[in-house]
Amino acid sequence: MLEIKAVSTETMAESQRIMEICNACRYCEGLCAVFPAMTLHREFSSTDLGHLANLCHNCKGCYYACQYAPPHPFGVNVPATFALLRDETYRDHVWPRPLAQAFERNGTIVGIVTAVGFTTVLFLLGLLSAPGTLSHAWIGPDAFYRVIPWAAMAITASVTLLFSLLALFIGGRSYWLVSGTKRRVPLRAIRAGLHDAATLTNLGGGGYGCNESDAAFSMTRRYLHHAMAYGFLLCFAATTTASFYAYALHWPAPYPWFSLPVLLGSLGGVGLIIGTFGLMALKFTADRAPAARVLAGSDFALLALLFLSAASGILLLLLRNSAAMGILLGVHLGFILSLFILLPYSKFVHGIYRTLALIRAAADRDMRKTN
Amino acid sequence: MHDAPAGVLTDIYGEEEYWDDLRRVTGGQTDEALARMTIRASAALPAWMNTHGVKFQPSLTGTLSLGRTNAFFLGGGKALVNAYFAAAERIGVKILYDTEVTGLVMQDGTVRAVTAVSRGFPLTLRARSVVVASGGFQANIEWLRDYWGKAANNFIIRGTPFAQGTVLKDLLAQGVQQVGDATQCHAVAIDARAPKFDGGIVTRLDCVPFSIVVDRTGQRFYDEGEDVWPKRYAIWGRLVAQCADQIAYAVIDSKARSLFMPSVFPAITAMSIAELAVQLGIDPHALEATVARYNHAVQPGQFDPNRLDDCRTVGLTPPKTHWAQTIDTPPFIGYPLRPGITFTYLGVRVNERAEVLMQDGKPAANLWASGEIMAGNILGKGYLAGFGMTIGTVFGRIAGAQAARHARN
Repeated sequence: MLEIKAVSTETMAESQRIMEICNACRYCEGLCAVFPAMTLHREFSSTDLGHLANLCHNCKGCYYACQYAPPHPFGVNVPATFALLRDETYRDHVWPRPLAQAFERNGTIVGIVTAVGFTTVLFLLGLLSAPGTLSHAWIGPDAFYRVIPWAAMAITASVTLLFSLLALFIGGRSYWLVSGTKRRVPLRAIRAGLHDAATLTNLGGGGYGCNESDAAFSMTRRYLHHAMAYGFLLCFAATTTASFYAYALHWPAPYPWFSLPVLLGSLGGVGLIIGTFGLMALKFTADRAPAARVLAGSDFALLALLFLSAASGILLLLLRNSAAMGILLGVHLGFILSLFILLPYSKFVHGIYRTLALIRAAADRDMRKTN
Repeated sequence: MHDAPAGVLTDIYGEEEYWDDLRRVTGGQTDEALARMTIRASAALPAWMNTHGVKFQPSLTGTLSLGRTNAFFLGGGKALVNAYFAAAERIGVKILYDTEVTGLVMQDGTVRAVTAVSRGFPLTLRARSVVVASGGFQANIEWLRDYWGKAANNFIIRGTPFAQGTVLKDLLAQGVQQVGDATQCHAVAIDARAPKFDGGIVTRLDCVPFSIVVDRTGQRFYDEGEDVWPKRYAIWGRLVAQCADQIAYAVIDSKARSLFMPSVFPAITAMSIAELAVQLGIDPHALEATVARYNHAVQPGQFDPNRLDDCRTVGLTPPKTHWAQTIDTPPFIGYPLRPGITFTYLGVRVNERAEVLMQDGKPAANLWASGEIMAGNILGKGYLAGFGMTIGTVFGRIAGAQAARHARN
């Protein structure tokens, strides 16, 4: 288990300073879960701050409402400071520990891993497949496995995915041990936390949406994130159903247009494309002041990788009966492989810690109510 | 005002109770007709504000019994102003930022022009209707010195440094009728470590009712438990302003620690009263004697921070009439207090149509006023939590409607 550190880093000290100001003001209490959670404390330890930072959904409502935001000499900037602090918690809880450096220049790392993963798949494909395989227009059952052998695909996918899921689990557990609660969490708090995570209530800025380019509220980011997150889950469901068909029912891919895996995957893919593209576009027009600039690379890298995974998948679906299928399959699986590898070492982890933070906040709320 | 629970507001806060509260805090320095009109109009404000983008939230954690009388807007004052600017821009209002009005050119009770400096360049504006909403002069220390002498140098200004009273002074010099006592200002006791300007809400200290407050010599000077804090905090700035060097110290023990919202500055703590006195810069013997006298005078009672309880002193001058608990459980905690100036009472006289009145009693032809610059008509003294917002919003609506009607004719 991690030792509980005293307030150590610059970002941690700045977070502490800011929370002390916010706690004496409290006008943002109705904006999101962060401020009610803050009022439970009079002093802030690094673990409290880590929890509050991971509760923050970066809606920026508090920045525009804040009389102490720059140019005020107090210079309060909760969204930017908490974004940096969240990133520090990602490093603190990553498994295996040496990979904490992956969060150092995360945008570059994600980019490099993707490039390597992608070229490796293509290279092996070119090297190992029989001449003419790639450019042949395969049709019918087993078409994909003519290009990449079933065993190679299945083993690579399951090994990388299982390792990533294990790493995510260990990271989440480590986070909970430090920033979770020692009390027993009632089931209704877990339900409430999961509900808040699934609906992104806290991107609502008290029910009115986020701030993007200025003080005006908008639901755009919340809906785009929904498109992306649920798109991702649908794609995951598509992959799972497809595996079930292939291994349990011995019905190999590709599947017809109106089969369950293709329907789920197409819907999810379109959601991912809309969501990730929209979120990237929003970042270009967003106000830079409440954003942590050094994290832009990390944000963009994961969005881009998700976008490319989805777009290559859709393209593969559309052109699967053509001679381009072989190359496209390689490209798509290259992106997917990179995504699997990078899940625990990219911004993806925010989903895990955010959900855990929401569950703790719900448990704290629950306790306050019953007391 | 609300005759039934409405939105975030609980229970009932009727016209008579509101008026009663106002009459009590102003000591009669109010205009009953304007005041009652304002109170009645306040009932419609939450809905109007809501349609113009202002969001409300339930009473904040740690505020004393305000859920019945006060609607808090989500995000505070800046969020409110953001919403209004956005609403104005949506309907095509042009806003000049970084622009200061330097004067109004008046002739026979008519505003002929408005002079300003916009982004450093002089500017003259001509308009059919003019509404002034330029506030008081609380940030003008030099002007404050006219009435308060050197003491004004130790005042802390809670809000914007731009409240210089330029337009107010200009209008009063051009035959506009004055209202309110120029020497008076709303002053709250705030944490003495606050910045000179714009420290805002985080510098406030709500600990007074649960503390004893002493001056530089370690002596108490006023009943700290006279009434619930929302109805009393406004007198404490003046009390501290009258202390030597405009400084005082609130002293509590650990029992009272979590009864109030913390200020942004760390509590000064010590394990003994003498040690605390040294840290605060007070004579330790004097403070020890004051605390001992006070502890001796405290009567047993049922302590309840949320109402006027029966914990009081007997045989102590000045007495502490509520929330009097002995100060005996270390760590002991002290906060330094200074007068924090919220606003000034001096203003221009208006009628119920928000028209600015000239010295001959006739309204100016095309000049209306709203907000702190005219609040002294209704609030001549004291304060009720949120009442400045109420006056500003009620009169802002009236002035806007009247000015628009005049401009269109």
